[in-house]
Amino acid sequence: MDLKEIREKLQEDWGDLPSFDITEVINKPYDPNLAEQLYDPKKPMANRVTDIGPPYFEQFFPEVIKKNYGKWKSHEIVEPGVIKYTSETGDVVYAVRCGSPRLITTDTIREICDIADKYCDGYVRWTTRNNIEFHVETEDQLRALMDDLKGRKFPGGSYKFPIGGTGACVTNIVHTQGWVHCHTPATDASGVVKAVMDDLFEYFGSHKLPAQVRIALACCLNMCGAVHCSDIAILGVHRKPPFVEDDRITGVCEIPLAVAACPLGAIKPATVELDGKKIKTVRVNEKRCMFCGNCYTMCPAMPLADMEGDGIAILVGGKISNRVSAPKFSKLVIPYIPNEPPRWPSTVKVIRKILETYASDARKYERVGEWAERIGWERFFEKCDIPFTDKSIDDYRLAYDTYHTTTQFKWSVHTDNL
Amino acid sequence: MADVKKHDTPQCDELKNGPWPSFVDDIEQKGLSGQQACLDLLGQLELSYTHKETHWKHGGIVGVFGYGGGVIGRYSDAPEKFPAVAHFHTIRVNQPASKFYSSAFLRKLCDMWDHRGSGMTNFHGSTGDMVLLGTTTDQLEPVFYDLTHQMEVDLGGSGSNLRTPSCCVGKARCEWSCLDTQAICYDLTQTYQDELHRPAFPYKFKFKVSGCPNDCVAAIARSCCSIIGTWKDDIRIDQAAVKAYIGGELKPNAGAHSDRDWGAFDIQKEVIDLCPTQCMWMEGDELKIDNRECTRCMHCINVMPEALRPGTDTGATILVGAKAPILEGAQMSTLAIPFIRMEPPFDEFKEFVDKIWDWWMEEGKNRERFGELIQRQSLQEFIRRAELKPIPQMVKEPRSNPYVFWSEDEVEGGWKRDIKEFRARHAA
Repeated sequence: MDLKEIREKLQEDWGDLPSFDITEVINKPYDPNLAEQLYDPKKPMANRVTDIGPPYFEQFFPEVIKKNYGKWKSHEIVEPGVIKYTSETGDVVYAVRCGSPRLITTDTIREICDIADKYCDGYVRWTTRNNIEFHVETEDQLRALMDDLKGRKFPGGSYKFPIGGTGACVTNIVHTQGWVHCHTPATDASGVVKAVMDDLFEYFGSHKLPAQVRIALACCLNMCGAVHCSDIAILGVHRKPPFVEDDRITGVCEIPLAVAACPLGAIKPATVELDGKKIKTVRVNEKRCMFCGNCYTMCPAMPLADMEGDGIAILVGGKISNRVSAPKFSKLVIPYIPNEPPRWPSTVKVIRKILETYASDARKYERVGEWAERIGWERFFEKCDIPFTDKSIDDYRLAYDTYHTTTQFKWSVHTDNL
Repeated sequence: MADVKKHDTPQCDELKNGPWPSFVDDIEQKGLSGQQACLDLLGQLELSYTHKETHWKHGGIVGVFGYGGGVIGRYSDAPEKFPAVAHFHTIRVNQPASKFYSSAFLRKLCDMWDHRGSGMTNFHGSTGDMVLLGTTTDQLEPVFYDLTHQMEVDLGGSGSNLRTPSCCVGKARCEWSCLDTQAICYDLTQTYQDELHRPAFPYKFKFKVSGCPNDCVAAIARSCCSIIGTWKDDIRIDQAAVKAYIGGELKPNAGAHSDRDWGAFDIQKEVIDLCPTQCMWMEGDELKIDNRECTRCMHCINVMPEALRPGTDTGATILVGAKAPILEGAQMSTLAIPFIRMEPPFDEFKEFVDKIWDWWMEEGKNRERFGELIQRQSLQEFIRRAELKPIPQMVKEPRSNPYVFWSEDEVEGGWKRDIKEFRARHAA
C-alpha cells in the first residue's frame, strides 16, 4: 500500500477525528487565554475534547519521505552520523543524526526548530534512543547543515548537537529520570549519562568498534528504560531494607497492598503500640529483602533511599536485535559501585575498561554478549579485570538455568591457584 | 537579566564541562532567561548530589477530569528552598507515530509549555511520549484544553492503562520494513483510546511495532505485545551487488565499520559462516540461500544491504509478555503467532488482542504484567485462551521433565475407575 491508500483506509475508521490534518489549528498563534475561557471547573464536561489520540503521522513527513514511502531501496552510512538512503525512484535523502541529553528545555527545542526551518523545510525527527535526525536532499545542504550543527555549543563549551550514533559506535544512552524528577531512584540518570558520554565521546562519532554498543541506564530496578537487554546496563540499586514509618503508614498505605507487594513474602502485617495506642503496621524480614523497592512503590511509608546504601550495578551482554544470535538479557557483573556525583569516576572507569577490552578482543560484527559467550564468562571477568563475587550467581526465579552443568570450562585467574 | 534567583550549584556546574551536550547548561540558560523553576530544579539536583538521595516525594494522585492516566503527580520534599518546583507534575503527550514533527507543531507546544509549565521536557519518555516535566495542579486542566483545542493532540498512558504505543521509522525511511509501522501504531492507538485513558487492566500493557527483526524499538524486550515485521518468501538477491561487495566496490554493513581496518571483505567469513542456520553458500560467484532453512535474523541483509533485501510476502510475527525484572524477573516476549497479515483495519490481530485481554482481565492479579500471567498459568493456558495452535516454533526445545497436566477428557476411559476391578487384577 502507498501512503494515500493507507490514509484512505484509516480515514474510513477515524475520519471524524481531527488528527488527519491539524495544520489550520497549529498555524494559529498560541492563545494563552483560551483554556481559561473554555474550561469551567463547575461544569467540567463543558468544551471538553477527549479521546482524539495523536496527530496523524503523515502530515509531519518531509516531502521526500512522503514521496518515497515504501520505495526505499538501500542505505549507506557515508560518515559517522550521516546515513544516505536511496529510493527506487532515484531520490536520495541524507539523515543527519545528533546526540541529545533527552532532558531538554523548550529553548533547545526551538533551536532545533530553527535548524529544521533553515535546512529541512521545517521537519525533524527523534529516534527511539533520543537522537535527533535532520533530513536534507543534497550534498550542499548536507555540508551546510553539518557545519552549522558543529558550530553550536552551550556556554560551558559542550556541543549542542554532536553528530554520530550510527554504525559500530556507542550511540546515545537511553536513560530514566534519576534525581532530576523521580521519587524512587537509587542513582541519578542525567548526571551519570553525561559523565559516561563525555568519556566515551570519541566512540559516539566514529565507527571503531566491532559492532554497535548499546548502553542504557535505569535509576532503579523498576527499569523505566529497557536496560535489561543492553550491551552495557547501568542500574541504580538499593542495598538497605525499607524503613517502616509506624506513625504514618495507616494514613498513607493500604497495609494488604504493602504486604502483597513483596515478591519474597518478607513483609508481614503487625500491630504495634505507639503513644499508648495500638496501630496496624508491617514488619520486614530484613534477611529476605532483595531491595527491589516494590514495597515503596506501593507504600510511601516504606522508603529505602540511602546515601550509603544506594549505588550502581553494571550488567553486560544483552541485546535486542535478532541478528545472528537471539535477543539476550544483560548479566550482572558488578553488583555495586557507590554513587559518586557529579562525575561518577568509578562507574565511568569500569565502563571504559569493559568497552575497550571488548573493542580489542571481539570479532567484527560480534556484540558484547556474543563475545563474552564465545570467550566464556570466566575469561570475560579475567580480561576485564572484574572481581567475580557470589553476587553474580543467580538465586532468584529460574536461577538453575544459569548454573554450569558441564566439565567444559576454561582455566582462568579464578582457577590458577588450584 | 530577568528577576530570578540562581542557587549555588558547584557540583551540577561541573557537568557543564566535556563535549556531550550539557543538560545543566541548557537548564541554567533557560532559568536565567526568566524561568525560576529551572533554577530551582538545578538547586534541588545539587542537594541530591550532596545527599546522594532523591528529593522528590512519593506520588500524589493528580489528573484531568475523566482520565485515569497521562499525568503523574510530583512534589518536592524541600519546597521552602525550591518553591518553584514545589509542585512539579509530569504530563505525557501522545507522540505522532515514529516521532516526525513539523517545527510549527513543536513551536506551539513550546509556547504553551513556557506559559503553563517549567519549560522542561523529556524528548522523549522511554515509552515514546513527549514528556512535559513540571507544572502545578491548577494548570493541568488548562494544559489539557490547550493540547486538545489548540494542538489537537491527546495525552499518553500511565498507570494500569494501555501505554502509548510506539513504532520504528518503518517504510517511511527504511528499506527493510515489512510493515506499515506508523499505520499500525496509529490505528491501535485510536482503537484503544478508552483503554489508554481509563485504567481497567491489572497493570500496564504495551504494544510496540518494529518493521523487521532488527527491532529498533526493542519491542521484544519491553512490550506485552510485540509486533515485528517478517516475510514468508525468499530474500531478494542482486547478484551483481554481491559481486561488488566481494570485489570491494561496496562497503560491508553500509559503512558501519569505516574507522578501523578489518581487512578485505570476506563473504565466507563475514556472512556465510555467521549465518545461524548455515543456509547460505557460494556457487561459483553466485550467492545461494536455502530460504526454507532461513530464520530471518537479518545478518546477511545488514552486511550487504545493496545486494540483499527481505522478501515481498510480508506480515508480522506476534510475540507476547516482555517486561523488565519487577517483579518476577525480566522476560523477553514469547512467540505466539508466527505470521499474520497486518493491513487496516487489522481485524484478525484485534480479535487476538480481545482474547488475551479477556483472559488477563479475568485472571490477572493486581499489578501482574501479562507476561507474568503466562508464567503463572502456563504458556499452554495462554495458547488455549488465545485459541492458537501449539507449534514447535513457540519453544526453544521441548520440556525435559515428564510432568504433563493431562486433562481427563484427553485420557481414554476418563479418570473414574473402580478400585474393586483394579484389585480383582492385583492383590493388595
